[in-house]
Amino acid sequence: MNRFKLATATVRLWFSPERMEAEGETPDYRFSLANERTFLAWIRTAFALVGGGFAVDQFLPETGWAPMRTVLAMVLLLGGVACAVRAINHWARSELAMRRKEDMAYSRFPALLASAVVLIALALLVLVALGSAR
Amino acid sequence: MSSGAGPDERDPARQPERTHLAWRRTVLSCGVVALLAVRQALAGGRPVPEEVAVIAAVTLVWAVFFAVTQRRVREVAPARPAAMSPRTAAAVTVCTVALAAVGAVTALF
Repeated sequence: MNRFKLATATVRLWFSPERMEAEGETPDYRFSLANERTFLAWIRTAFALVGGGFAVDQFLPETGWAPMRTVLAMVLLLGGVACAVRAINHWARSELAMRRKEDMAYSRFPALLASAVVLIALALLVLVALGSAR
Repeated sequence: MSSGAGPDERDPARQPERTHLAWRRTVLSCGVVALLAVRQALAGGRPVPEEVAVIAAVTLVWAVFFAVTQRRVREVAPARPAAMSPRTAAAVTVCTVALAAVGAVTALF
């Protein structure tokens, strides 16, 4: 329940700059710009995953099981959505932490994403090898 | 401010310029994904109205992203720019999710 309240408060914050500005005090502008660039880097990561989803659907060779391509494309597209949502959430949390002079949030997300990318890359390798062997 | 620089003195680490370029890179990657989406729409052998609808949607998403980028690039031009608005971040996130949604729809149907 508490977690849910926290989540909805964060989502409301994304759309209301006044609420953000009401918290704590404005940090050094360079910290905010660094946070913004980190956000944009995560958005580009999201675009890379979404683009990977498009590429898989368009360029992966056919294999024995037809839906495989669609399944992998959907996994990559959903990964892109997860990255985009995480990007704004982490940006807002970091901005708030700086305003309140609290510690930055730790996150397991980069490790999870790296593991997922390794698994997807291995799956693609197998599919491309199978596809070219046919 | 920790640096003790005057109000008009530019940051020697060039933070506003780096942020400007980060926006440019990001709108470029958005464009690459948008082009892949257009290719996907045209490669599926769908009826022309569907192709037109997908291309229109993708173009709109990229145009919104470009407009947001232009606005923010102008905002970070001064020596001490204000922080990004949460609405800007939300618009960028919505554009990203929208392109993923176009991908899902064109991959499934």
